[in-house]
Amino acid sequence: MTPALSVGDLHVHLGESHVLQGISFDVPAGGVTALLGRNGVGKTTTLRALMGLVPRSRGAIALAGDDVSRLATHAVVRRGVGYVPEDRDVFAGLTVEENLRLAERSGEPRYELVHDLFPELRERAGQRAGTLSGGQQQMVAIARALLNENSLLLVDEPTKGLSPLLVTDVAAALERAAELTTILLVEQNLQVVQRIARDVVVLDAGRVVHAGPAEELLADQEHVRRLLGVHGGTR
Amino acid sequence: MSTFVLLTITGLGLGAMYFLVASGLSLIYGLMGVLNFAHGAFITVGAYLAWWFGDQIGGGAGTRLVVGGALGIAGGALVAALVELVLIRPLYQRPIEQVLVTVGLALALGALVQGIWGADPKPFPVPSWMIETTTILGASVPNDRFVEIGIAAAVLVGLTAFLRYTRFGLVIRAGVENRGMVSALGIDVRRAFTIVFALGGALAALAGVLSGVYFSVVDPTRGTSLLIFAFIVVVIGGFGSIGGSAVAAVTVGLIQQYANYYASSGTGDLAVVLLLAVVLLVRPSGLAPRVAH
Repeated sequence: MTPALSVGDLHVHLGESHVLQGISFDVPAGGVTALLGRNGVGKTTTLRALMGLVPRSRGAIALAGDDVSRLATHAVVRRGVGYVPEDRDVFAGLTVEENLRLAERSGEPRYELVHDLFPELRERAGQRAGTLSGGQQQMVAIARALLNENSLLLVDEPTKGLSPLLVTDVAAALERAAELTTILLVEQNLQVVQRIARDVVVLDAGRVVHAGPAEELLADQEHVRRLLGVHGGTR
Repeated sequence: MSTFVLLTITGLGLGAMYFLVASGLSLIYGLMGVLNFAHGAFITVGAYLAWWFGDQIGGGAGTRLVVGGALGIAGGALVAALVELVLIRPLYQRPIEQVLVTVGLALALGALVQGIWGADPKPFPVPSWMIETTTILGASVPNDRFVEIGIAAAVLVGLTAFLRYTRFGLVIRAGVENRGMVSALGIDVRRAFTIVFALGGALAALAGVLSGVYFSVVDPTRGTSLLIFAFIVVVIGGFGSIGGSAVAAVTVGLIQQYANYYASSGTGDLAVVLLLAVVLLVRPSGLAPRVAH
C-alpha cells in the first residue's frame, strides 16, 4: 500500500546550521505516526520543511506517491495537507469564526465535525482569538486543520503548555481525527503517544535513528531512555 | 473663529491626501513587509497621467478631471502591480535589496516624468465650482477641500468594509498578522501581495490627482513631498492599520496648519516631527499596530 507520506533523504539548512541531515521515513495511510526526539533535534523543522515553510536543500517528499517537494506551501496544502503549528498561530485580531472561515477551501467545510469536537468554539464564534486561553487557541488551530477533508495532518506539539484535563481533550480529538485521516504528530508527552500513535519515527541530531511500531518502542524502557532521554509514559 | 474653521478644513483636506497615500503604504508594509520608497513615484505618475490624459481628451475642466483622473488612477494601479511582479517579487526575504530597488525606482520614475514632460509645473484641470468658496461660520472655504475630504472619507469607509466583509479583506487582515500561516491554510498569499500593491498604487495615484486639484498644478516633486509625511502618518498610525492611518493623517494635517498659522510659518513641519518623536518614545508601535482594520 502506498504510504500517505514518504520522505527521502531530506536535507534542510537554516543559516549555517545543517538541521536535517538526510532524513527518510514513511507514514503509513491511516492512524497516527509520532515523530519523537529530544528538544532541538529537528522535529518542528521537519514539519515546516514538509509544508514548504522553510527551504528544503534537497530530498524527496511524496504525498500518496505524488512528488510535492518543489511545491509552495499553499500548493502543498491544496494537495490535502492540514497543519497545526507548534505555537498555534491563530490570528489574534480575527474572531474565532473568521479564523475558521479563512481556513475554508473548496468543498464542504466540516463545521459539524469541529463543533462536535469543540463545542466551545461555537459559543465563542464572535470572540477575538487573541483573547482566548491557550487551550481554546489550540482548539481553533486543530479545528482549522480539520475543517477540510485532508488526507494528512501535520500536528506539532498540540498538548504543549496545556493543563492535564485539556491534554486529555486534545488527545481525544486527535484520536477521533485519526479515524478520518492520517496524522503525523510531533509530541513530547509519551502518554499521549502511547494512547494514540500506531507508529513512531525518532530523530536525533537531524537523522532518523529509529522507526517502527509505537508499542514496541514504548515497551522497551531502556530504549526509550536512550533515544529520548525520558522514561516511557512518565511525560 | 473664521480663521480657525478655515485652518481646520484646510488641515482636513491635507490630511485626506496623507491618508490616501499612507493607507496603501501601511497595507503594503503590514502585509508584505516591504518599505516601499517608490510609493511617492506612484503619486507623481498618477497625477501626471491624469493631467496628460485630460489634456489629450480635451473638453471642459470637469470632464478632463474625471476621465483623466480615472485613467491616472488605473495607470497608478497598473504601474504598481508591474513593480510588484517584476521587481519586488524576486526580492522577498531580501529587505535590503527591496529598499535599494524601491529607492532606485523612485529616482528613476521621477527622472522619467521630468524627461518626458519637463520640470516645470503643469496646470491641472480644476472645475470652476471647486475653486469657488462656500462660507462656513464666517470662513470662505474653497469647495475642493470638501471634495478631498469627502473622497478620503469614502475611501476610508470602502476600505474598512472591504477588509471587514470580503474574503480577500480577511486574507489581508490575517496576512498582516502572519503571512506564513495564511499560506499554511492553502491561500496563495503572493496573489494578495500583487493586489495590495495595485490597490496601494491606485490610492497613491488618487492622492496625486487630488493634490493636483488642491495645488492646481502638478510637478515632479509632488510625490516625494507627500511621501515623507505619509511615512510619518504610517509610523504614528501603526503599520497595517487603516483606522490608525486615518487618525494620524488628520492629526498631522491639522497640526501642520495650526502650527504654521498660530506659531510661525514653517513651524508646521517641525511640529509634525516633534509629534512623531513623542509617539516613538511613548508608543513605538504606533496608535494601532499590525492589525489591518
